[in-house]
Amino acid sequence: MTYSYFPGCTLKTRGKDLDTWGRASMEALGIHLEELPQWQCCGAVYPLAKDEIGSRLSAVRALAAARDLGTPLVTLCSACHHVIKRTNYDIRHDALFRDRANNYMAPDTAYQGEAQVLHYLEVLRDHVGFDTLAKKVVKPLTGRKIGAYYGCLLLRPSKAMAFDDPENPTILEDFIQAIGAQPVFYAQRNECCGGYVTLEDPSLSQARAGAVLHNAAAQGADTLITACPLCLYNLQKNGGKLPVVYFTELLAEALGLKEVPV
Amino acid sequence: MQRIGVFVCWCGSNIAATVDVVQVAQALAKEPGVVFATDYQYMCSQAGQDLIGAAIKEHGLTGVVICSCSPRMHETTFRKTCQKAGLNPYMVEIANIREHCSWIHKDKPTATEKAVILGRAAIAKVHLNAPLTAGTSPVTKRALVIGGGIAGIQTALDIADAGFPVDIVEKKPTIGGKMTQIDKTFPTLDCAACILTPKMVDVSQNEKIDIISYAQVEKVQGFVGNFSVTIRKKARYVDESKCTGCGLCTEKCPQKKVPNEFNLGLDTRRAIYIPFAQAVPKVATIDPDYCSMLKSGKCGVCAKVCAAGAIDYKQQDELITREYGAIVVATGFEPIGMDKFDEFAYAQSPDVVTSLELERLMNAAGPTGGTLLRPSDGTHPHTLVFVQCVGSRCDGGEKGKPYCSKICCMYTAKHAMLIRDKYPDTEVYVFYIDVRTPGKNFDEFYRRAVEEYGVHYIKGMVGKVTPQDGKLKVQASDLLGGRQLHIDADMVVLAAAIEPDKSARPLATMLTASMDTNDFFTEAHPKLRPVESPTAGIFLSGACQGPKDIPETVAQAGAAASKVIGLLSKDALTCNPCTAQPDELKCNGCSSCENVCPYGAISYIDKPFRGPNRTTLIRRVAQVNPAVCQGCGACTVACPSGAMDLQGFSNKQIMAEVDAICR
Repeated sequence: MTYSYFPGCTLKTRGKDLDTWGRASMEALGIHLEELPQWQCCGAVYPLAKDEIGSRLSAVRALAAARDLGTPLVTLCSACHHVIKRTNYDIRHDALFRDRANNYMAPDTAYQGEAQVLHYLEVLRDHVGFDTLAKKVVKPLTGRKIGAYYGCLLLRPSKAMAFDDPENPTILEDFIQAIGAQPVFYAQRNECCGGYVTLEDPSLSQARAGAVLHNAAAQGADTLITACPLCLYNLQKNGGKLPVVYFTELLAEALGLKEVPV
Repeated sequence: MQRIGVFVCWCGSNIAATVDVVQVAQALAKEPGVVFATDYQYMCSQAGQDLIGAAIKEHGLTGVVICSCSPRMHETTFRKTCQKAGLNPYMVEIANIREHCSWIHKDKPTATEKAVILGRAAIAKVHLNAPLTAGTSPVTKRALVIGGGIAGIQTALDIADAGFPVDIVEKKPTIGGKMTQIDKTFPTLDCAACILTPKMVDVSQNEKIDIISYAQVEKVQGFVGNFSVTIRKKARYVDESKCTGCGLCTEKCPQKKVPNEFNLGLDTRRAIYIPFAQAVPKVATIDPDYCSMLKSGKCGVCAKVCAAGAIDYKQQDELITREYGAIVVATGFEPIGMDKFDEFAYAQSPDVVTSLELERLMNAAGPTGGTLLRPSDGTHPHTLVFVQCVGSRCDGGEKGKPYCSKICCMYTAKHAMLIRDKYPDTEVYVFYIDVRTPGKNFDEFYRRAVEEYGVHYIKGMVGKVTPQDGKLKVQASDLLGGRQLHIDADMVVLAAAIEPDKSARPLATMLTASMDTNDFFTEAHPKLRPVESPTAGIFLSGACQGPKDIPETVAQAGAAASKVIGLLSKDALTCNPCTAQPDELKCNGCSSCENVCPYGAISYIDKPFRGPNRTTLIRRVAQVNPAVCQGCGACTVACPSGAMDLQGFSNKQIMAEVDAICR
């Protein structure tokens, strides 16, 4: 099976681990992620202001391209997913935005929100199935205590993202269980890491990252996983000893695709 | 040809500000059959009614059209007016030019035009009106109260006091409701049990009151004055007439690990249990989900120890059908579930509790014997954070409720005050959106909590509770100080919103009583008929109608009782003469009408008709019992041959109205 895939800029540069192991794992699970031709930067989350239009058009272009290819559009980076999913939501629900975007781009066929946007984790949950995934695991991460770090972008606003319960999400914990490890529940898993203010107010950013990592460690986690390059950067930079990795790295490890670091 | 009078009401400025009433009267005066048309400032006032009466006499009117407010408001008033003037009351039609016109339009010419059209339709209908005479139906002098909390108890006591028999149906094994779980009551801080349990005893000792506990209403038939209700009394596997309530079985039962719902799962009970010491009726109940004897046939300890021989493992549910004249709904409320509010870590830490759980933790009869201890480790808490409006005043409707739950501000002030009073070494914080204290001595009470007891009231909401290192790390905003707060708390108490009991909606369907979008029962009029449902014979008591505290609940319970007493005091009720009537010559005996009739008012008879050549044909035709028919009109729609007609709302009349509107 082939899905359209929007990697995003960070996954081509700093976040290569998220991308490489994500694609390899999906391939092993029987799904080919076909990179969208000529994709552009999603615009990151800054342009989601109500009156913004120009910087959201690249997301609309990606959506329209996926619509034309007739395959669901899979994203992996939390930020890209956030922008593309919300843009699609606004196209569907905000007639003014839809008209303005279409008038500006003037495509052959107006884009009306037909594309389906899926996060990689949703593909694992809803299309592959965590039960099937568990059966394909060759090197289960038995004995590992892993904390899921959701951050803010995947879950909220819950109406538009429709990803999981924003206050009590379980998708990453279910994933951790599927790869044979023990999920560690901790309250800060769906709080902001402070990544957005890291340049403006490093002390606040450090405090936020510290709160997340300390809480996870206190609840017994030995590793944190995330789907967000910015969270990973911020938690690693401002954090302590607790390792933070992309969830696709552990997935690849469990599927026997990646050498376990000694 | 009818001689019709048209009376256009201004309703002060309610109608006149949006509708040109003079123009409406002038336009309608030109309609065929109209011999008199006028307008007046308040048609429902005595002067207005006199005007109508005089016009009927002076102009020899045979039909009257009142252009005014909704017929729900004043149809009865104007029917009486016309009856006094010698006109049949069913020769009056109301054109609703207030709710259906002036209140919903802004543009005067549009509204005026619509008012004229609505008046025209009513005139067209009056042309086809025929005088109707109402019959009477008897009243069963017994009331049913559904729900045995403080609302139901007070209503039942008041009705019984007037001499009428009352049944209370309570779904739990004991009456008493939520108030039994409460420790102290605001604003007087008197003990809830001390004021409630004597009332529960009064109920059990009152000869006029029959408590049907551990039971639920299953079916409701009939109408005001003549309800027939089927009640399912669930098997409690204990013979109520034999059980003495000694409680020995509840001590000997080997199944000890059943969550105790009376203490909200904070401790455990046995599989056979009496909910609490003052339960009424004080008889044991076996929980079939946990009893080994009922599940696997092994055990039987309770039967062995019961000296009264009251245990009956083979007991079955019992169906009781009784007749009632009136039904009172007193189904009460429940706190909402906290599963959508995980930011407060309710599911993650036992030290995050709801306010009702705190009541049990502070109650001398509760799991800790009244000493406030942290559920996680049994230690004394030093810092407590109260979060108000959890699930109340939420917009968007994705989680929580849009309304204010009304009681939380006061009980939170009570909790904070009691804790500071009993444990002066504590720090107590209350986070609020607004503090709402309308009620006698309420604001004084709240100010005492702040000024005398030193409770820290902070305007702002808690954003996150993080259980960590044995503490609850509370992150909150202080809106007046414009800063973020971090408090390391030992306990967090959530003032959960309240919602109607889950049983309310299916019950409303059975009663055909209307509810609002939040499942609170709707009153017949928000100001003037607050304890009656729009469905005749159904009355509302307590929080099933909206969030209420105890004094308000008791007041409303008494008001509902007085309405019931007023109804039961009558020997007969005037029926609605607008009942269905079949045209036997058109009826083909298909039974469609019988099948759709919700009241069982239609039956079929074999009737002789004259056939051709002096023969007699026996045909099966529908027959309506006018005492049972409620005039809903379902049969008139279902009848394929158009044989069924509703008196006062005949198919011809309705078509005439439609024609007049479309003209």
